[in-house]
Amino acid sequence: MMAQLIKDKAATVDSWKILEIATDETVETVALPAGDIIFPLAVWQARKAEIISCHKRIGLLLQPEDVVEEIADDLEYFIVIAIHFPKFVDGRGYSTASLLRQRYLYQGELRAVGDVLHDQLFYLQRVGFDSFALKDGKNAIYALETGFTSFSEGYQASTSQPQPLFRRRA
Amino acid sequence: MYKYDAIDRQLVNERVAQFRDQVRRWKSGELSDDEFRPLRLQNGLYIQRHAPMFRIAVPYAMMNSTQLRKLAYIARTYDKGYGHFTTRHNMQFNWPKIEDCPDILAHLAEVEMHAIQTSGNCIRNVTTDQFAGIAADELIDPRPLAEIIRQWSTFHPEFAFLPRKFKIAISGTEEDRAVTWFHDIGLQLHKQNGEIGFRVIVGGGLGRTPIRGQVVCEFLPWQHILSYCEAILRVYNRFGRRDNAYKARIKILVQALGVEAFTEQVEAEWQHLKDGPATLTQNELTRIAGHFSAPKYLCGIDETAFVAQVQAEKAFARWVDRNTHPHKIVGYAAVTLSLKQHGIAPGDITAEQMDAVADLADHYSFGELRISHEQNVILADVRKSDLYAVWQAARENGLATPNIGLLTGIICCPGGDFCDLANAKSIPIAAAIQARFDDLDYLFDIGEIDLNISGCMNACGHHHVGHIGVLGVDKNNAEFYQVTLGGRQGNNARLGKVIGPSFSAEEMPDVVDKIIQVYLANRHADEAFLDTFDRIGIDPFKNRVYEGRAHGKAKLIEKEAA
Repeated sequence: MMAQLIKDKAATVDSWKILEIATDETVETVALPAGDIIFPLAVWQARKAEIISCHKRIGLLLQPEDVVEEIADDLEYFIVIAIHFPKFVDGRGYSTASLLRQRYLYQGELRAVGDVLHDQLFYLQRVGFDSFALKDGKNAIYALETGFTSFSEGYQASTSQPQPLFRRRA
Repeated sequence: MYKYDAIDRQLVNERVAQFRDQVRRWKSGELSDDEFRPLRLQNGLYIQRHAPMFRIAVPYAMMNSTQLRKLAYIARTYDKGYGHFTTRHNMQFNWPKIEDCPDILAHLAEVEMHAIQTSGNCIRNVTTDQFAGIAADELIDPRPLAEIIRQWSTFHPEFAFLPRKFKIAISGTEEDRAVTWFHDIGLQLHKQNGEIGFRVIVGGGLGRTPIRGQVVCEFLPWQHILSYCEAILRVYNRFGRRDNAYKARIKILVQALGVEAFTEQVEAEWQHLKDGPATLTQNELTRIAGHFSAPKYLCGIDETAFVAQVQAEKAFARWVDRNTHPHKIVGYAAVTLSLKQHGIAPGDITAEQMDAVADLADHYSFGELRISHEQNVILADVRKSDLYAVWQAARENGLATPNIGLLTGIICCPGGDFCDLANAKSIPIAAAIQARFDDLDYLFDIGEIDLNISGCMNACGHHHVGHIGVLGVDKNNAEFYQVTLGGRQGNNARLGKVIGPSFSAEEMPDVVDKIIQVYLANRHADEAFLDTFDRIGIDPFKNRVYEGRAHGKAKLIEKEAA
């Protein structure tokens, strides 16, 4: 079963597939399928020229430990960057997202994948995610109704509101 | 103190609604236990030994009488009629039902209180000096900046799922009373060339791996505090260990990188954030500081009756000596209401006592109070001419034990009686020591001494920085107690040294007694325990405590014989 994708505040059909590397394959040997593919960082780094030559639409998958500085010069190639949350309590992806949006001014789709749950949507949205592959079995309709509006304000500067509240308070 | 505006109020109300919905989805099975756990922890809710434990924030120690009366109401309505003040400016209730917690939060929100981020791997309640704003030795009132940090850390979207919990303390006095050397970030306000700024200390902590923090910035102008904290937190969030909860605190990262390399990373990150939107404005500081303006103090308070009362009544004089503190305004004093009555769990306060304290605050201290990390309640602004009346009322309510800073004014965690993490009970050890040293003359003769007890290495009772520290340990499913000597808080904060093999619970009053005997036998005139300890070292204490006690080879032989 595929994760349910929430994008632009609506449930939507996902055209992208994350490239899986089987145990008997390596980043060098894995076949590069056609279509909208999200490539793991290691595959991108090993086979960048090949990917660019045969794909017009390219996605990138970042793991929590992947250092965003390494792909800062490549951002123009990506239509979507997916940040993986193996467990929702692993918060490294929030900093990755903040850096992509705020420092490297990445403008494409920023997607949360993995253990993506209702109760983290508000924070994910604030750091700059704009699409959310909600975990299987979770209620996407209810998430859309309430998950993004838990709070009406945020004290801090963030991607979604670059001015902290104290600069906006009357 | 700080009053919420419409936005602050709305955010806290929205938090209540969010948590109510989370509890509902957990009860209905939509949220698994694992999914619910971090959510409830970030609302201060633990599942404990007997019942849930609910931890409520008292940001930087400040409370008003209305808030305390609300806590009394909650204690009566949802708990067993009492609460417990912790070492980090929180109140804990030990017996609420999970289903009641959203309602409790709604009651708290009515009086501008909450349980936001009082647990979990996020930025916790910011703490400071209980005498902030009134201390005679204060350089800069830390409360406005503490409130600014509270707001910034509340629901920070990037730092809600850190590798581990993250504690910030801030002080603005000559003598550090906020344990800033032992926090994830310790902030010491001071002035340089007339400008206000922070000494930024990172990577301190007690717990399993006690480490004194290290200075990463000697002087950071106050405008940059939020962006600098963001730089520290971002480095930690990205590179702190997540493979082992015991090695996940920022202190381990600082140790692994070395403070120079860590500081370089923070400075590199900060160069991107410096002077950005998070830079504080004078307008904002002025707005917040306006909430902490001095109350209307009276001039020319007549102290003659007070002086006469001190001379006439020894019990009052003792209380004044131990439980009142210098105030920057002539004619005023700060009062510590002791929650260290002998035989009562340290830090515990009944609903009746809460109401009594609220009345005292209203009558004598501008309706405000504070709590200290030593687990006592403070009335910060009492006229000296009112001290006698305050003492009498405090005495009637069991709040006047004159043991602040003395041996029985023990800091103590809830321990194995309540806490799931504990290896051993701590409250009965405190009670046994208080019973042994129940003679006030003797206590006063022994003089100033901090005795801190933790029921496990998580060190909620701050045992490492007690002059005498007691740590509960588990040995083959039996409870034992390890003793450290020479620890201290303050500017020269340091960790105590382990005296030797641990003791059984029954031995503990004797052990403390022997330590005190060595001190009394060796002290010079007017020499405090710590000074004697620093002069003579740990060996005389060790020799006395283990005298005649089989250990090492002899113990082995004894064991084999038995």
